[in-house]
Amino acid sequence: MNEELIREKVRELREIAEKSSIDISAELSGLEQKLGAAVAAGPSAVSAVPPVENEAWRRVELARHPDRPTTLQYAERIFDDFIELHGDRAYGDDPALVGGIALLNGMPVTFFGHQKGQNMKENLARNFGMAHPEGYRKALRLARQAAKFGRPILSFVDTPGAYPGVSGEDRGISQAIALNMKEFSELPVPIIATILGEGGSGGAIGIAVADIVLMMENAYYSVITPEGCASILLRDSSKAREAAALLKLTPRDLLRFRVVDRIVSEPKEGAHRNADGAAAALKEDILRSLSVLSRRSVESLLAQRHQKFLSLGVFNEEEARRKSLLQRLRDFF
Amino acid sequence: MKRSKGIQGWVRGLISHPVQKKRDERLFIDEKNSCPSCHRHLSAEELEATLYVCPHCQHHFRLTAWERIRYTADEGVFQELSAEIETANPLEFPEYEEKLAAAEKKTGIKEAVVTGLCRVDGHEVVLAVMDFRFIGGSMGAVVGEKIMRAMLVGAEKKLPVIVFTSSGGARMQEGILSLMQMAKTAVATQALEKSRCPYFVVLTDPTTAGVLASFAMLGDVTLAEPGALMRFAGARVVAGTIREKVPENFPLSQYHAEKGFIDRIVPRQELRKTLSFLLRTHAPAAAGGSR
Repeated sequence: MNEELIREKVRELREIAEKSSIDISAELSGLEQKLGAAVAAGPSAVSAVPPVENEAWRRVELARHPDRPTTLQYAERIFDDFIELHGDRAYGDDPALVGGIALLNGMPVTFFGHQKGQNMKENLARNFGMAHPEGYRKALRLARQAAKFGRPILSFVDTPGAYPGVSGEDRGISQAIALNMKEFSELPVPIIATILGEGGSGGAIGIAVADIVLMMENAYYSVITPEGCASILLRDSSKAREAAALLKLTPRDLLRFRVVDRIVSEPKEGAHRNADGAAAALKEDILRSLSVLSRRSVESLLAQRHQKFLSLGVFNEEEARRKSLLQRLRDFF
Repeated sequence: MKRSKGIQGWVRGLISHPVQKKRDERLFIDEKNSCPSCHRHLSAEELEATLYVCPHCQHHFRLTAWERIRYTADEGVFQELSAEIETANPLEFPEYEEKLAAAEKKTGIKEAVVTGLCRVDGHEVVLAVMDFRFIGGSMGAVVGEKIMRAMLVGAEKKLPVIVFTSSGGARMQEGILSLMQMAKTAVATQALEKSRCPYFVVLTDPTTAGVLASFAMLGDVTLAEPGALMRFAGARVVAGTIREKVPENFPLSQYHAEKGFIDRIVPRQELRKTLSFLLRTHAPAAAGGSR
């Protein structure tokens, strides 16, 4: 157990005690004293795992926490009102990727996002937030509708990955994800994507080509799950914790790589314990982002969106050469 | 509620899976003088003449990038582009530099894609060819950048772009930045859209995961070689996450063609002819209008 976890447990205990009017203050202060002593004794006394590794893994665990608010729970808290719209008009409706129209402080917006369940029954119905091609096509349909009516788009990412089974292959999951990325880059309305919890690989980027990418404090965004990376590269799936640190998947890492633009602070106790607080924080950041984007002309909105995605990636090349190329690039969009 | 472990590990993501663990087929021929697929007698010299297609069973062997270029470009003449971009290790991923060095030594190329200008049956084109031998043809920042630049050169020079894909997916060692190459290459195809340049994709064995789910699926015309493995997620991933059993070698290009995601399956011997027809029918004069 690390320091943070112990502190959280202490906080939880305190709350329970307050609610049920039990006096455990003596026990609690004892715990806190012990913790203080352990911290003073150095990090090794608190945790055997290096702090970086712990930090990454903790985000992964929190991102997957079963009580974490889902897309629809955020929608209920962020929007004045909303209705869901269903179906991709080609195959069916995907319960793992929901979407619709909403009013955000009186302004019409389009939203969509992966939808997980909060218990086994719900999760089975929602396919654990693993969307099928029809989910991605529904998102594209709603996105085009948003473009027609000039509504900003809010996309919420929370998926372990797109559905990897044969039914996904049959209906063209690869094509659906590829087309979304291509089409999203040209939508003439502001797009804000938020990584709510799990930003799982292609399943995530399939709805995350956006002008501004926000990320909740306790979320991760990665090309592969830590378990997958561990089993393939470290040849041991139990080394997921180690892999999580290697993958640099925390909000802070992603901010550094310019993959995300802003980290949304969650309430101290985490979104899983304070959905209202998390939603309020997210709403504020969304509104702020929208006001930035609404000042851009469509031309500059698209130019900056293209630039953002076309310049992602780190490699070695003479700087002057790269710059002149990026300059030339603008002419083609 | 506590989730069971099986659910915790749902979906290992979209990544370069070791697609086939089987031995290098080309080595097999050298050693055994027989086709690993039909086991009939076969020599390396024979294969060179048949573009590395088994004359008995039509098994298509994987090609290196330069072999493919030689078989595709007129007289094998090819002017390489973007060769000077070098791979970095932004995540400081352990053993990545060593892996890159070993791949370069093994393949003689510096990254998993070679891009450049050439002519195909007289038509000037931009050609990009991936090489599976280089870390499973995986896409990191350099592969993404080279594919993007190939498309931009096409848009700038008003040339058709032809891409031969062969890849296990995104390159895990570059983490999230490799995932972003999917978006980058997909966005780059818009440059071809706007400049009305034809974009042809030839899917070769294997094309999976992050490459399949980005620029590989965005061609104006999508061709595939017979027997090319194409899938979004590897068999191990599928088995480990949703407990669905998928054969190692499934689904192949024919299956995707049946499902409507490929325009044509074209045997290697006919590829140049088919590409030539496409180039002719997409030539500016053939469009009848101004460009």
